[in-house]
Amino acid sequence: MKTTDLIEETYWALTANKARTFLTMLGIVIGIASVIAMIAIGQGTQAQIQASIQSAGANLLFVVPGTQRGVGIQVSGGRGSAQTLTEADANAIASQVPLVQAVAPSLNLRFQVTAPGTNTNVQVVGTTPDYAGVRNVQMAEGSFISSANLRSFERVAVIGPTVESDLFATGTDPVGKSIKINEVPFRIIGITVSQGGSGFNSADDMIYVPLTTAQQYLAGDTYISQISVEAADSQSMDAVQQGITNLLLERHKISNPALADFSVYNQAQIVATASTVTSTFTMLLASIAGISLLVGGISIMNMMLTTVTERTREIGLRKAIGAQRKDIIYQFLMESVAITFSGGLVGIVLGWALASLLSLLAGITTQISVFSIVLAFGVSAVIGILFGYYPARRASQLNPIEALRYE
Amino acid sequence: MIEVRNITKTYSNGDISTQALEGVSFVIKDGEYVAIMGPSGSGKSTLMHILGCLDTPTSGQYLLDGKNVSSFSEVELADIRKEKIGFVFQAFNLLPRATVVRNVALPLMYAGVPKEERMERARGAILAAGLDEAHLYYRSNQLSGGQMQRVAIARALVNNPTIVLADEPTGNLDTQTGEIVLGTFKKLNDEGRTIVLITHEPDVAIHAKRIIHIKDGKILSDTPAKDYENH
Ligand SMILES: Nc1ncnc2c1ncn2[C@@H]1O[C@H](COP(=O)(O)OP(=O)(O)OP(=O)(O)O)[C@@H](O)[C@H]1O
Ligand SMILES: [Mg+2]
Repeated sequence: MKTTDLIEETYWALTANKARTFLTMLGIVIGIASVIAMIAIGQGTQAQIQASIQSAGANLLFVVPGTQRGVGIQVSGGRGSAQTLTEADANAIASQVPLVQAVAPSLNLRFQVTAPGTNTNVQVVGTTPDYAGVRNVQMAEGSFISSANLRSFERVAVIGPTVESDLFATGTDPVGKSIKINEVPFRIIGITVSQGGSGFNSADDMIYVPLTTAQQYLAGDTYISQISVEAADSQSMDAVQQGITNLLLERHKISNPALADFSVYNQAQIVATASTVTSTFTMLLASIAGISLLVGGISIMNMMLTTVTERTREIGLRKAIGAQRKDIIYQFLMESVAITFSGGLVGIVLGWALASLLSLLAGITTQISVFSIVLAFGVSAVIGILFGYYPARRASQLNPIEALRYE
Repeated sequence: MIEVRNITKTYSNGDISTQALEGVSFVIKDGEYVAIMGPSGSGKSTLMHILGCLDTPTSGQYLLDGKNVSSFSEVELADIRKEKIGFVFQAFNLLPRATVVRNVALPLMYAGVPKEERMERARGAILAAGLDEAHLYYRSNQLSGGQMQRVAIARALVNNPTIVLADEPTGNLDTQTGEIVLGTFKKLNDEGRTIVLITHEPDVAIHAKRIIHIKDGKILSDTPAKDYENH
């Protein structure tokens, strides 16, 4: 029996009972579509989280006061948290730890910020000029904080694009305009480029001011809340992390590392932790969708078994006029594979449409990967063969005369 | 050449067993035209299924062209069915939703004949069996009993079998169409093919050259057709 004949026979068989073929296919379509959409959501989320972590800068380490507190990158506010880090610590890291490229201390505080007619609550970062390099802050307009600003305690501010749109009408140029941070007037000298991302920690929703100004006018003391350190390259991350830990333990006169009054986070560790969390999330979504795919597979087997029973006489006849067992097996196998394959194809398109719709309407980032398409296709092919084989084999083993007498 | 030696067939369904054939022996040479007669339930169809390699005897031997078919594997039997034998079933056994041409061309598909040739040969066989061009694309469940009979005959003849086995081929036909079908068998026999047909009607049996009479699974008589009147 030729392949073209097999395809033609399959076409006739599947179009003979269109409603049933359609319903069986629907099971596979829904299964595959949900697998594709779920994996797209999972991987989209994963990519988004990684991108937003990485947009903070390359080969980055953070030193924050207090003990380890999970994955938080920016520990907000000097108030309430331990005040154990100083600018001197930052300078010591810059000068004494090998393989350190740049260091930027910062004082992060949350304040009410007002412009004429509007106000907003923003994270204010008091820092040094190196911060722009270390944390990958780029300027859309104006310039970042300069050493001169720092030296002369100037009340100048660089604002993020979210702050700009919150405080100023579109079309107005905020550079040179004045805002009040915690009732203290500041002059805007620059606007940063959007780094993407949203929510509490977005770099777009921030105001940068000179560290000296922040300490004097806003915090009223000389502690800092974070030190950002850029290592020379990705291989030196571990060495730098160890170097900082040793240096600060020595400087703070702590002999037991378990009692350290600071923590050093490595960006790679943060990315890795976030990845584990998001891939678990992806797996969970995919396995829920996988169950519906399994149900679809079982409905194929059910349909094929019913078909074999219904078509017993047909099978008997085909064998009587010369069909071999393998011809019968191929015929029924082909029918189930055709259903799963076309169902799989429709499912992929539907899943892709669903994912796109979700990112369009609900703002969820989705990412269709070749992997998930290959997976879905592979799974549907395997389902077709696996769940079609048993009924096909049963059909092929019928004795022609008994099959022809079947009522 | 067909040779059966003392074949028996016992059907057993649970505790009930029916002996359909109780030791049947005969030889049918190539090119013979044989009619098998006998009352209902005497085992004619059972015998025919064995001759057509659709079933195997419970005991005894069946030699087809000198080869012991009773010991053949399923694959070998299927090959014989598609190469040597044309079978007309008592119950037609057509694919109900398929068109007439598709039904008739089906054996050629399993024999690996290319599609174009298949369709051409199927068309020829259908016209030869006495159906019109117009019937080619009827679905077989839209035909009358007599028309289905002729489609079944066309399908049996389409692969040019050397042996044609027909189980009551004229049972559903009026005398006139019956004559056409018998004419076809006569022509096939003249070409040298072996014909074995089952019938109840003496008028049909008389067309054959030899008549085998069976009753209760045994051969009652085996005579040349010209002697038939003597019985
Ligand atoms: N598959 C089967 N299972 C059980 N018994 C069977 C089977 N096929 C046939 N028989 C029995 O074998 C006997 C012979 O049946 P067979 O079909 O050969 O008769 P027949 O001579 O063709 O009759 P008819 O002229 O009515 O077609 C009958 O008693 C029948 O009941
Ligand atoms: Mg019969």
